[in-house]
Amino acid sequence: MNALAPDEWQALALSLRVGLLAVVLTLPFALALAWLLSRKRFPGRVLLESLLFLPLILPPVVTGYALLALFGRNGPLGQLLGSIGIVVAFRWTGAVIAAAVMGFPLLVLSVRAAFDNVDRRLEAAAQTLGAGAWRRFVSITLPLSARGIVAGCVLAFARAFGEFGATISFVSNIPGETRTLPIAIYELLNVPGGMPGVRRLALVSLLVAVAASMCATLIAGGAPWRRRSDD
Amino acid sequence: MIELALRHRVGDLDLDLDIRSQARTLALFGNSGAGKTSALNAIAGLLVPQSGRVALDGETLLDTARGLCVPASRRRIGYVFQDGRLFPHLSVRRNLLYGAGADDAAGRREFAAIVELLELGSLLERRPLLLSGGERQRVAVGRALLSRPRALLLDEPLTGLHAEARVQVLDYLRRLKRELQVFTVLVTHHADEVAALADEVVRISAGRVVRQVPIAEFVARRAAYGHAPAP
Repeated sequence: MNALAPDEWQALALSLRVGLLAVVLTLPFALALAWLLSRKRFPGRVLLESLLFLPLILPPVVTGYALLALFGRNGPLGQLLGSIGIVVAFRWTGAVIAAAVMGFPLLVLSVRAAFDNVDRRLEAAAQTLGAGAWRRFVSITLPLSARGIVAGCVLAFARAFGEFGATISFVSNIPGETRTLPIAIYELLNVPGGMPGVRRLALVSLLVAVAASMCATLIAGGAPWRRRSDD
Repeated sequence: MIELALRHRVGDLDLDLDIRSQARTLALFGNSGAGKTSALNAIAGLLVPQSGRVALDGETLLDTARGLCVPASRRRIGYVFQDGRLFPHLSVRRNLLYGAGADDAAGRREFAAIVELLELGSLLERRPLLLSGGERQRVAVGRALLSRPRALLLDEPLTGLHAEARVQVLDYLRRLKRELQVFTVLVTHHADEVAALADEVVRISAGRVVRQVPIAEFVARRAAYGHAPAP
């Protein structure tokens, strides 16, 4: 197989950058929301969960349209950002937002499952030893759920890396700016003689997906402190 | 001195306890499900009863009538749970130091004294899952003591241990009682543990105090009734 063409490298690099940034930027919010859903009962919880899952249920194109309506030049958030000189529609930063929105539910779900699996009695024990809420979270909850959190990050990255529908609706297909790997594949599918490029990029996508899946499986596989050396 | 007044419904159990004691080691004695652990949890601040009052040495920790509830993390009550509840991701040393005070000369002396008293020196770098049941309970006792508690709560500290470990841990607890001046509440359904450790005994049945007697009377009644466990 031939090496990737420069514009294909560009699409791969953009997808990696968008995927990584989407996860890094949403992780703090995902941790906070997952903790809230795992540990607290409050009015509106069901509504919040329903809203959280919307990007998973809605057609991605609809999510992209909603983002355009919100962040476009005439959208409320777009106008707000525009007033401080930030434009995200049809920019690579918009692709990050689209990827973040699509990956966020998966990240929250994984982190919440990890928090749910932490033995609450250990947090109670820490409390009797003088640990306040923040110290309990940092010293007990986070380390004991670290593997689930990392696995969630890998899954969210994979989702963000492969994001297509919301991205193309929100930021379109601009070479070097918003043409991510899936959009590049879509473009090549519609161009005569584009099949070799499609095959190359599809293989790259496959490799990234397999690597992410293997990482998530290995990371979530089991914590070393759960294994006894005399087992 | 402890004052404990609790009114609380837990599942099918209607807890209604009134206990006052000046004993240095008070045993709450009764069958499983009598409400003993709920009483301990209320003292520790892990359970907030529907109504009640908890005071230690004249300081009120809970008074539902006044809307006062000192959080568990600020009560300075060492709690040794039935299952130890050691933090699995931390070494024995870090478990012991979790609730310890300042890392100054006095703190280091205190750490060394507890490690020596409970003979934990050879276990310090191990992970909790590599410890035997008896070792785990000794570490749990040491961890609670190093948090400089004003009271120590022992919830069935010998349950689940094999005969040899029971004798060993009981011996350590006797030594603690002799060498440290910490007010202790022991929860157990084993009369021999009560006889070995307590100064006063409160028998609890179905969420109510049946009898409160000094240890001498408890032992005398045991002798009079052969193996009958009731004080």
